[in-house]
Amino acid sequence: MSTPSSEQEVHEHGVTEAVISYPQFLWKALGVATDGNALFYVWMTALTAVWLVGINAFAHQIVQGQGLTAMTDHVSWGMYIGNFTFAVGLAAGAVMMVIPAYLYHDEDMHDVVIVGEILAIAAVAVALAFVNVDIGRIDRLWHIIPFIGRFNFPVSMLTWDIIVLPGYFLINLHVVGYLLYMRFLGRKPNPKWYIPVVLLSIVWAVSIHTVTAFLYSGLGGRPFWNSAILAPRFVVSAFVSGPAFIVLALQIVRRFSDFYVGHKPIVTLINILRITAVVNLFLVGAEVFTEFYTGGSHVAAAEYLYFGLHGKNALVPWIWTAVVCNVVAAGIFLTVDPRKNLWIIDVACVMTLFGLWVEKGLGLIVPGFVPSTLHEVVEYLPNALEWKISLGIWALGLIIFTLGLKIAVAVFTGTMHVDAAHDAGEV
Amino acid sequence: MSDPSRRTMLKGAGATLGAAAFARAVAPITEWTNDLSVEGFLQKHYKELTVEDMSAVLARIERETEEQYGAKVSVEDVRPTPGVQFAYALNLSVCIGCRRCAKACHEENNHDRATNNSYIRVLEMTNGSLNLEHGTVTYDHAVPAPGKFYMPVQCHQCDNAPCVRVCPVEATWKESDGIVVVDYDWCIGCRYCEAACPYHARRFNWSKPEIPADEINPDQAYLSNRIRPQGVMEKCTFCLHRTRRGKLPACLEACPTGARVFGNLADPDSEIRWVLENKRVFVLKEDLGTQPRFFYFFDE
Ligand code: SF4
Repeated sequence: MSTPSSEQEVHEHGVTEAVISYPQFLWKALGVATDGNALFYVWMTALTAVWLVGINAFAHQIVQGQGLTAMTDHVSWGMYIGNFTFAVGLAAGAVMMVIPAYLYHDEDMHDVVIVGEILAIAAVAVALAFVNVDIGRIDRLWHIIPFIGRFNFPVSMLTWDIIVLPGYFLINLHVVGYLLYMRFLGRKPNPKWYIPVVLLSIVWAVSIHTVTAFLYSGLGGRPFWNSAILAPRFVVSAFVSGPAFIVLALQIVRRFSDFYVGHKPIVTLINILRITAVVNLFLVGAEVFTEFYTGGSHVAAAEYLYFGLHGKNALVPWIWTAVVCNVVAAGIFLTVDPRKNLWIIDVACVMTLFGLWVEKGLGLIVPGFVPSTLHEVVEYLPNALEWKISLGIWALGLIIFTLGLKIAVAVFTGTMHVDAAHDAGEV
Repeated sequence: MSDPSRRTMLKGAGATLGAAAFARAVAPITEWTNDLSVEGFLQKHYKELTVEDMSAVLARIERETEEQYGAKVSVEDVRPTPGVQFAYALNLSVCIGCRRCAKACHEENNHDRATNNSYIRVLEMTNGSLNLEHGTVTYDHAVPAPGKFYMPVQCHQCDNAPCVRVCPVEATWKESDGIVVVDYDWCIGCRYCEAACPYHARRFNWSKPEIPADEINPDQAYLSNRIRPQGVMEKCTFCLHRTRRGKLPACLEACPTGARVFGNLADPDSEIRWVLENKRVFVLKEDLGTQPRFFYFFDE
């Protein structure tokens, strides 16, 4: 331990240095983010195009109102809130890399954990964007800012979400930013500046999805959501979607960059999937049993979802495709050897991502409203405008994820580093 | 592509193109910003407005209604009377399901004409069951039909209101006389309250309401029947612009059978008190603990 005075000196030196090198870090990051091979440009241009289509649709929605969507007073949340829920799960699921890396000191995982943290940032951004396109008065967003607007905390569960989601965003931004910046400087990260935050992020990851589940499960008037098992279901399914996404992402990074991604982290994640995918099916099964065995009016929403009600069955094909995807994927995770047939596992990851997107998206939100509280059966499926806006937001998420990865790879492989002290500042 | 200056130029061209495309994409927004006023944007929450603030707000709303709808209206801030506790009761034995209450609500409260919106939904129920599953709102035949009874549902002005609890910005609350209101100028339109309400009582303004100038009810209040902005929540207010001035709700006046009883619970001689004390009264979905101010009863 150094004496206080020398620590002070180091600190002052650090501050002067940061004034020069931090802008340089940002500037170089911008350079890396806009530079790449032809494939990179094609990919980014395509994403940007989709995003712009979404922005344009959103502009129309702002002007003419949510009346342009397929939502009604009967089904007053739809595609946007469904995607929001799924995105929160994706963000929370990234923690399944953080836990092995930091709690079990899995060195191989530690080397690539940044991919999970960048996913968390991108996925929270997506989730927040979906809330923004859902609300009717985007111009009044400031009403929700604590101390400036009127914040109904702690009574409204939505205010909890407003705290935990940006909180999770900042936590991960800090960890990623700090680690990259230190690497950029060629210095060893100081554990006291990020380990506590990483540990906090683990608890926080569970909290974002628990709070999001409470948003629905706390509503007594919606029997489909009003279930104590909803929060555990959310958390477990997050631990399926997160790792499944990262398994794919890691292979893409391995293929398209010089960043070293070993086999072990991928296998670790698949081992996690073996458990979480099965537990998720178990929890869904427990819920389905309770609904259908009990019967009565409580089961109407589940009946609508799985079999249709009074001849209305818009969600039936979706949910059964999802069920098949989730079951088959779980079977694949359990039986296929990732060292031999990784591609089959990749297929399973895609299947389960789709399955969970339905299960946690439309399959969760819409039956909350069908039948309505007065038992009217009014159906909902998203229309073209909602698809455009939703795809636009996912494109934005992929843009953030791609650029984040690109900068991280440049820093980790040493192509992006601070200039020697004498020419710092010139770029 | 290896020449750095050429590369920078290409990047610059890409950025310019992107910016131009973005500008095109968001262009429709200008139409919307024209409709927004700075005062409207900065307006504070209802409970934080001073008397002067409020009169400026009311003047602005009157002016905007004239500009946008071509109707001269008067908008007032009608406050609750201390000591008054409103409640409503509905006699299921006499209601014939004619939906005149729903129509009166539509006109009184300046609802959007195209959607035929109303705060009241009338359920046709089958004799022998109070289960809402056996009800329908889309009946289309002469009433009363044999073997049926009718149950109008509107906001129950719950004492333990789920909608009030969930609102993240306190845009909806319970007034001292028991009426649950929405500050249409504060609501952000998240629709959490609509999801929370067990009685399908809340309505969202999916688009800007449209009403011909000559059909607009000019007698308006800030918290009730003024024309709502697009993108915000609305609901039944027991016609507070009428009832707080000693009149009866529009739905009650329109009812041809006298099925509706409205009054002040705090007044021991009121008809509503008599009904609650002497009739077989029930509330909808009592198990949810919402404690409604809206009661149903049967004769004899
Ligand atoms: S829609 Fe408006 S009143 Fe309802 S919860 Fe959201 S902000 Fe509150």
